[in-house]
Amino acid sequence: MTLVRRALAIARKDLLAEWRDRESFTAMVFFAFLILFLYSFAFGGDQALIRAASSGLLWLALIFTSVLGLARSVQWELENECLDGLLLYPAQREAIYLGKLLGNLAVILLVELVIFPLFAVLYNVDLWSQLPKLLLIALPGTVGLAAVGTLLSSMTAGLRAREAMLPFLLFPLTIPLILAVVRGTEVVLRGEPFDLAVPWLKLMGAFDVVFVTASLLTFEYLVEE
Amino acid sequence: MPEQAPVIDTRGLVKWYGANPALRGIDLCVAAGEILVLFGPNGSGKTTLLKILSGRVRPTGGTARVAGRDVGADGNGTRGLIGTLGHGHQLYEALSARENLTFAATMLGVDRPRERISTALVRTGLEAVAEARVRTFSSGMKRRLALAKLMLREPKVILLDEPYAGLDVEATKVLEEYLFASKAAGAAAVLATHNLTKGFAVADRLAILGRGRLVFESRRDETSVEALRDLFALHGEAQETA
Repeated sequence: MTLVRRALAIARKDLLAEWRDRESFTAMVFFAFLILFLYSFAFGGDQALIRAASSGLLWLALIFTSVLGLARSVQWELENECLDGLLLYPAQREAIYLGKLLGNLAVILLVELVIFPLFAVLYNVDLWSQLPKLLLIALPGTVGLAAVGTLLSSMTAGLRAREAMLPFLLFPLTIPLILAVVRGTEVVLRGEPFDLAVPWLKLMGAFDVVFVTASLLTFEYLVEE
Repeated sequence: MPEQAPVIDTRGLVKWYGANPALRGIDLCVAAGEILVLFGPNGSGKTTLLKILSGRVRPTGGTARVAGRDVGADGNGTRGLIGTLGHGHQLYEALSARENLTFAATMLGVDRPRERISTALVRTGLEAVAEARVRTFSSGMKRRLALAKLMLREPKVILLDEPYAGLDVEATKVLEEYLFASKAAGAAAVLATHNLTKGFAVADRLAILGRGRLVFESRRDETSVEALRDLFALHGEAQETA
């Protein structure tokens, strides 16, 4: 219970700070919108091509965008040596990881809730009828992204080139996740039977379990000096 | 000197940052109810020593024990016994003073947090600005709030790194009252500072670190501020010409 209480305190603190400043959220939404907007131009007027690539474009935009939020979440902790303060509390390192993960997850999910409708409008996709299924695919995909991103952003916090290192490490590690979430989204957007998305859901579930567990086990060693 | 078993006990403590030695074999004991003040020039290893004692940094060699627990092996257990005040104020600027203290109280597992927070805010003179965001505070007010965070509980070990920096006369008095009250309650304290006069005034024992080694150690009544100043200048010069 102590671990959960402390994890929730960290997540609440992060979300409160985000609510006050809205720095990450605003930047992430604007950046994701900009990427989707530019992609829509890159394909010209070829509606068939846009539809075929739309799920991949959506998730690429969200993954690029999530890097902004993950980096900002660590930046807060580096200001005023807050990360040192956090690590000096008599809290299990797992609580710190889980708290940061929950905070990052909430912010990315909120960004998705804004970006999905914008995506539907920009790419002329009938999202509304498929929204529950899309959310079912998006949730495990976002959990995996936040899990790996939280670990890597904490790991690279002490590096001078952390802004460059985070995407450099994050993108290759999340390839299986990106593949699964893009394929799952494709199934949903094409209106195919949801059974076809189940293997991708299983892959994302396995990815999430493996990376959350590995992160909980290794976080302590990665943040120690 | 108090007769109790040492609360802080380091043996042959060594720390390297890459190829640079920060500590080169520190043997140090601090008993319950004792205040040890560490002096030393910049880069002498004071902050590294405090970081090892707090469990924030792992030593390269030697052992550090706090209340009988190995800091390296039982970091979480020892962190629960320690209160720290470091260089940075470790406060979240987007949150208010009260929100910062509430977060700290939850993380520290403080009993009766509301009462403790209110008391700490009153004692540090921040009650009137408790709901204001830390971003709007002056650096002195931030130091006071960091002090309020330390005062949320009574740890067995208190580690203070340059605690006087940015504190005005009133806040310094509050800090020293807290320090003496903790000492009376049996806490051991290590205070690292460049302020010879203030450090000398609160110390039971004094030590000078120079280039990662303990180069001088004495009870307060066996030395003077002037003697310390001479020694400090000598080791500061040695550091700069090394």
